[in-house]
Amino acid sequence: MPAERKQVLDEVAARWNGRVQLSPEDGSESAYRLECEPAELSEVCNWLFSDLHYSFGGLVVEQLTRWELRYVFYGGPGAGWLHVLTHLAPSDYRVPSVSRLVHAADWHEREVEDLFGLVFEGHPRLGDFVLHDDAWHEGVAPMRKSFDGRQPVTHRAPDQNWKPRQIVEEAGAFLMPIGPIYATATGPVHFQLETVGEDVIRVQPRLFYAYRGLEKIAEGRRAEDVLLIAERISATSAFAHSLAVCQAVERICHMEVPPRARALRIFVAEFERLRHHVAAIEGICESTGLAVAAAQASILEEDLLRLSCVLTGHRYLFGLGTFGGLTINLDDSACNRAAAQVREVAEKLSRLERMLSISSSFLDRLEEVGHVSAGEAGDFGLVGPIARASGVSRDMRKAQPYSGYDQIEFEVPHESEGDGYARLRMFFREAAQSVRIISTVGQAVPGGQVRAPEVSFRPGAALGWVEAPRGAALHWIRLGEDGVVDRYRIITPSFANWHGFRLAAENFAFQDFPIILATFALSVHENDR
Amino acid sequence: MSQWVIKGLRTGVKSTRYPRAEETAAGISPGLPTAATLPLEVAQSLVARCPADALELAPAGVDVNLRRCIHCFRCVRGTNSPLGWEHSYEWATAVSGGNDQKRQFGPAFDRSVHILVVDTGDCGACLNEVRQLNNPYYNMHRLGFFLTPTPRHADVLLVVGALTDHMRVPLRKAYDAMPSPKRVVAVGACALSGGIFGRSFMCAGGVAELLPVDVEVPGDPPPPLAILHGLLVAVGRKPPARLHRAVSDSVGNASG
Ligand code: SF4
Repeated sequence: MPAERKQVLDEVAARWNGRVQLSPEDGSESAYRLECEPAELSEVCNWLFSDLHYSFGGLVVEQLTRWELRYVFYGGPGAGWLHVLTHLAPSDYRVPSVSRLVHAADWHEREVEDLFGLVFEGHPRLGDFVLHDDAWHEGVAPMRKSFDGRQPVTHRAPDQNWKPRQIVEEAGAFLMPIGPIYATATGPVHFQLETVGEDVIRVQPRLFYAYRGLEKIAEGRRAEDVLLIAERISATSAFAHSLAVCQAVERICHMEVPPRARALRIFVAEFERLRHHVAAIEGICESTGLAVAAAQASILEEDLLRLSCVLTGHRYLFGLGTFGGLTINLDDSACNRAAAQVREVAEKLSRLERMLSISSSFLDRLEEVGHVSAGEAGDFGLVGPIARASGVSRDMRKAQPYSGYDQIEFEVPHESEGDGYARLRMFFREAAQSVRIISTVGQAVPGGQVRAPEVSFRPGAALGWVEAPRGAALHWIRLGEDGVVDRYRIITPSFANWHGFRLAAENFAFQDFPIILATFALSVHENDR
Repeated sequence: MSQWVIKGLRTGVKSTRYPRAEETAAGISPGLPTAATLPLEVAQSLVARCPADALELAPAGVDVNLRRCIHCFRCVRGTNSPLGWEHSYEWATAVSGGNDQKRQFGPAFDRSVHILVVDTGDCGACLNEVRQLNNPYYNMHRLGFFLTPTPRHADVLLVVGALTDHMRVPLRKAYDAMPSPKRVVAVGACALSGGIFGRSFMCAGGVAELLPVDVEVPGDPPPPLAILHGLLVAVGRKPPARLHRAVSDSVGNASG
């Protein structure tokens, strides 16, 4: 056991003196369980989060023989994963809220309250969240096992007069509703912007218009079908999410992934990241009205979509990931050709970056706009390039390496300003690193099989994780007999970053709002699931 | 700012010649499975592999119901007897119920059609492909198609995604606010049949559960040119394709 983890575990034993039970998590060398009574829960979580600076990964709730609440934390490579667990009797549904102290857990607890009907005592704000209050009966808890997710729910007629709460009460305060339908092709989200004069004082996104109940509809299906669902959480990160599911199932079933498949997975994952970042750059240029730059970036995005299709058969990489490897082999010459084309894209991208960096009217819209400090980013548990733009430089590929990332040389860039321009630079810098990885890996893909022999499923549960293009994605899967899914929990980077979006958008001028939104590169679909 | 003007001019014309000529660039479409004549045993095993119930046993082989196909490639990968695959993109079809005269566009719509895009709960793939229609490669403005922010100006309602519970009211309101004549184009397997999200406590299946649909564009997601074809079908500038590929069709046998 690495010294760092041992030290933490020793200190847990000393501090809570037997009130926190320590045990290794099944089937994992890097994860430890810390089990405690509900009364101890927030203290333990807060100690990990605030004192030891572990990142909060997410909350996984399961309805087993009793309720199990699992608050997942991770540190650097030596620290590994710590799962803080507490249990409730089946008839019990009250638990003290952790998010009073660990703000990153705020939305996780709200979601569980809505979907499982558990009550987090002391939580500052519960209510209208995943299930919209104007359409759903109080007391419906669709994630409970007794709820049949295959049947349509009979509703009361939606309340047409439902109004959001207005908080700002100053003279001249105005509530501006925006969405969920837009002028351009945009995912469905509704904003309540509370403004006084020019300034947006309060931003409340109302999400989950695209809530498709993915965690629920996965239950009772075969593990292979969960891959189809994972790919369709958010199409722009389809491969990343399917890879996380694969890694969770491979962990449960003790499958070895052949070296060729591991390398190709990195190749494709970085390809996807590059495409995502190019699209994010395009979005930022478009939001500022810089049409030629947006067109240049959109040409590159389409080039990469076409290249995905030529390489894998699908423009969004659907159907490529599978347990134990990939469904098709990408032969060496195809990889080399793709890597060469990617380098061409990279050259055009860096020319675009140079031109943008001297377009002062463009920079004026981004610099010192939409500011998020490192402290705020940490408290809210922001992830990915958005967190790294504020100086929080954690990246799953380095913190908890998977698929062989620890064998590859690359950097995780970060910035410190935390404004719109820092986020734009992050997308450019990370794109360049992805190109570097694609070149390195593409040159020397190990030979051999691209897929392990037929999978034999075993019952069990495990976590799979990746650094998706938008940041850390965690997938928890519990398999029953014959590879049937008992529980599927999806924790996405957009969920974390939507939570913190208001930090950036509040107290800026109204006309900055769409620009700040673009610099966050959020996905509604990835958030809503 | 002159540097941007020069940059724009240097890039030259990228736009496809479609619909005047066929587009043949690589990677513009993932293609579709085709119906095939097969021995019963093989046909049965392929039908069983399809997670979306898109394959149907036919007397002489397998038929494909494109409304349901989610491009998972399980009927072509990891099997010794793969189904055929065609690399086309003109996939849009007219729904027979939508041939109501009142819903037809007259000549006034030939060169200017305003489109309202509504995402009723997709994964972002169809939405992203719709977004590509504005990139220089597809540039739908050259064909007189424009996105509009308001249903009051919209002639076509383009819907992507399965119909989630929370989008029922916004979708209904948007449709009701559109002036007549108006047409609905449903894009992608989810908007057609619910796709992988199917029917559940949150999804009612396709958009046809709530609104009359005039044109259906299959695919998961349909590539930009298929969506463009759908818009051209909606305004009567291109003939529709067929959605159900049967072994007995000549179309179905033209696999490539
Ligand atoms: S590609 Fe389409 S037809 Fe083939 S198995 Fe998948 S869903 Fe079924």
